[in-house]
Amino acid sequence: MADDLLLNIKGLVIEATAYPPGEPPKDITLVHGVDLALKRGKVLGLIGESGAGKSTIGLSAMSYGRGGVRLAAGSIMLNGREIRTAAPTDLRHLRGREVTYVSQSAAASFNPAKRLMEQVIETSIGHGLMTKAEAEARAVTLFRKLGLPNPETIGSRYPHQVSGGQLQRVMTAMALCPKPDLVIFDEPTTALDVTTQIDVLAAIKEAIRDTQVAALYITHDLAVVAQVSDEIMVLRQGRMVELGTTDQIINAPREDYTKALVAVRSIEHEEKPEAPAVLSIQNVTARYRGTNFDVLKNITLDLPAGQTLAVVGESGSGKSTLARAITGLLPPRSGRISFAGRTLSNETKARSMDDLREIQMIYQMADTAMNPRQTVGDIIGRPLELYFGLKGAEKQRRVQELLDQIEMGAGFARRYPAELSGGQKQRVCIARALAAKPKLIICDEVTSALDPLVADGILKLLLNLQAESQVAYLFITHDLATVRAISDKIAVMYKGAVVRYGQKSDVLAPPFDDYTDLLLSSVPEMRLGWLEEVISTRKMASAGN
Amino acid sequence: MHPIVKLLVQRIALGLLLLLAVSAVIFLGVEALPGDTAQAILGQSATPQALENLRAQLGLSDPPLTRYFNWLGGILTGDLGKALTNGADIAASIKPRLANTLFLAGCAAVIAVPLAILLGLVAARYAGKWPDKVISGITLSTISLPEFVVGYIVMYIFGVKMGWFSPTAMTFPGMSFWDRLHAVALPVIVLVLVVLAHMMRMTRAAILNVMQSAYIETAELKGVTPMNIIWKHALPNAIAPVVAVVMLNLAYLVVGVVVVEVVFSYNALGQYLVDHVTKRDLPVVQAVGLIFAGVYILLNMLADVIGIIANPRLRHPK
Repeated sequence: MADDLLLNIKGLVIEATAYPPGEPPKDITLVHGVDLALKRGKVLGLIGESGAGKSTIGLSAMSYGRGGVRLAAGSIMLNGREIRTAAPTDLRHLRGREVTYVSQSAAASFNPAKRLMEQVIETSIGHGLMTKAEAEARAVTLFRKLGLPNPETIGSRYPHQVSGGQLQRVMTAMALCPKPDLVIFDEPTTALDVTTQIDVLAAIKEAIRDTQVAALYITHDLAVVAQVSDEIMVLRQGRMVELGTTDQIINAPREDYTKALVAVRSIEHEEKPEAPAVLSIQNVTARYRGTNFDVLKNITLDLPAGQTLAVVGESGSGKSTLARAITGLLPPRSGRISFAGRTLSNETKARSMDDLREIQMIYQMADTAMNPRQTVGDIIGRPLELYFGLKGAEKQRRVQELLDQIEMGAGFARRYPAELSGGQKQRVCIARALAAKPKLIICDEVTSALDPLVADGILKLLLNLQAESQVAYLFITHDLATVRAISDKIAVMYKGAVVRYGQKSDVLAPPFDDYTDLLLSSVPEMRLGWLEEVISTRKMASAGN
Repeated sequence: MHPIVKLLVQRIALGLLLLLAVSAVIFLGVEALPGDTAQAILGQSATPQALENLRAQLGLSDPPLTRYFNWLGGILTGDLGKALTNGADIAASIKPRLANTLFLAGCAAVIAVPLAILLGLVAARYAGKWPDKVISGITLSTISLPEFVVGYIVMYIFGVKMGWFSPTAMTFPGMSFWDRLHAVALPVIVLVLVVLAHMMRMTRAAILNVMQSAYIETAELKGVTPMNIIWKHALPNAIAPVVAVVMLNLAYLVVGVVVVEVVFSYNALGQYLVDHVTKRDLPVVQAVGLIFAGVYILLNMLADVIGIIANPRLRHPK
């Protein structure tokens, strides 16, 4: 029956105005005629890579276009009313009352100057749904249901006083407080550590079930959406690829694109045998200036030449700090770092040009790691000039070789970073690192900001380059699937210390220590019922809560 | 100790230190001028002997450091010395004029600050639309006109044509509060027009800056009305920059209004200072200079203190 349909979107077209550099503005279409129907109390997962239009479609259920996005054509029926063309006042009455929103970054979505409780109950009071006392009582009930510590008092805290995982739960409570018909979850766990994600995910799932609210669950992670939704819609470049029950999409995808999403991380990487180390870290301890605790505690690791050592851990475990210690940006208080048979000076400034050249870095945010006013050719050419004194035609030729190595064509040398996709930007950063002919590249979360399929391509490229040039990688990541795909050795870090270290096959084989067990079991698996299974069998709660 | 108390104590200590440094600069600056007070009193044709005698009498033959500390000690005990030109006690002359200055500045501030912030909020709410353009246009044109032009226009319209207020702002001791208010009405109008634009623009810019934040979108998606978004969600996060500019303007109202004082023949500190600068009455210049510096430092310190207190991260540490 049509009465059952809470949300019914038909032929939705969404447009925006793009401002390409150096060209006149032009209109682009983000969503090309998507249909979507959601019954009361059901959860529909919207999945796709960045640019698929999933958030844009999600927000259209509130008749909201982010940043100048226009809901250009089609029909959006909510509770039997057309809302695409509704007046601003009508939209205000519907937003926060019938539909609410949970964003990816709760940390940015809370007003830093207001206490949490005031923000959580704002809609319930503002729309005249409840008295202050009723709203506060409901908020406390929701805090408790979502597993927040001290549900009675947490509302009197300010956003900066609670952790990221907790804020995400508070935001869920804020969305559920006015008893909406529909909640839009926009990547609510993507910014969290894997061990925190699982708890938040379980809390959200339970809250959805208990309050019988309908939800649009937007994510790029198929394994996550499989845990919470009844149906899944796969989107690509603003068009629907496939719609089906969760079971069907996961176990019997029809479209090739869906199959690729399900099968992502297809890389099989045989670990290489033990070999002499190119980088040897011995008993390194470090702390930041002006603090009185060690962020790195007695770290000892070896990385053989031409191999990959993956350093895994949650945020705050000290993985990136380890990279800073190796590069000399954070000189260790004690311990020794030897590289290619020589001992490295603690400080970057004291190192020789060759020491600097032979250790290169690739960062998570390729965007901010490149000068936006330099062309790709300039960016890659710079280390060639600096380390090898190459100029003119010779430099051009070498830039060309490097572009070929990262599987990008000749035309890219003249482009600016803004004209590249996320994956292409990261490839340029890889080429820049390779240009120095390094023996070691430190890769700091290089695939974390990328879509799964793009990340897969980057990992394959890195493995190929390693086979060609025998460069070693110190691969910092929080993502265990990536670790499996690329590493020869693994070090698991927890609170500044290495808790498990060895060949990949040893580290990933039981018996596990509690933390490694938690980490491994927290990685979402693409099967129904995984979430419940893990929650019921876990030995240790995650640290990020 | 609560970290915020520590910060505040540090900030206030810094302000006092700054004031001390400024007093030294003022003293040195006057010291570095060619000639000295004795020369100024006796003129170019004074005999060396007469100069010597006067210097001894005024304590000018002591070493500079001794004189500096004598001067500083005097200030701390409320003794600003005597004016050279008429021998009057400086503190006694300053007192009523300072009161007049503060009265005028206070009246202007009470109107201008809330009005500027309100206009800034409205301009931000309708950014790019006609209310924004009208507000920006009017305030920018009043700040672009020199104060004396605005002064004479206001005087002509309200003083001469309409006859609502006296064209000159004469005050005398014993005047009632309401009479006094009536007397300063015209200069207050001029000052309000002069300081409005700066504070309004800053409020508008600070609000619009905050309006880019994700939590403003959250509020929008919660169905909060636009004016409530600005008032409840944007303004609390825009306080620090707004207060900083408000304080700069308040300082200007105290120390920078000599032109307006002259236009309306208002007997306040600015005129007093300018009179004595022309007469090379250095003790008066030093004393008034120090008061002006003190006002600047005090108000800026206050801005910092409010900025610190308004920051929830400092007020409620983890």
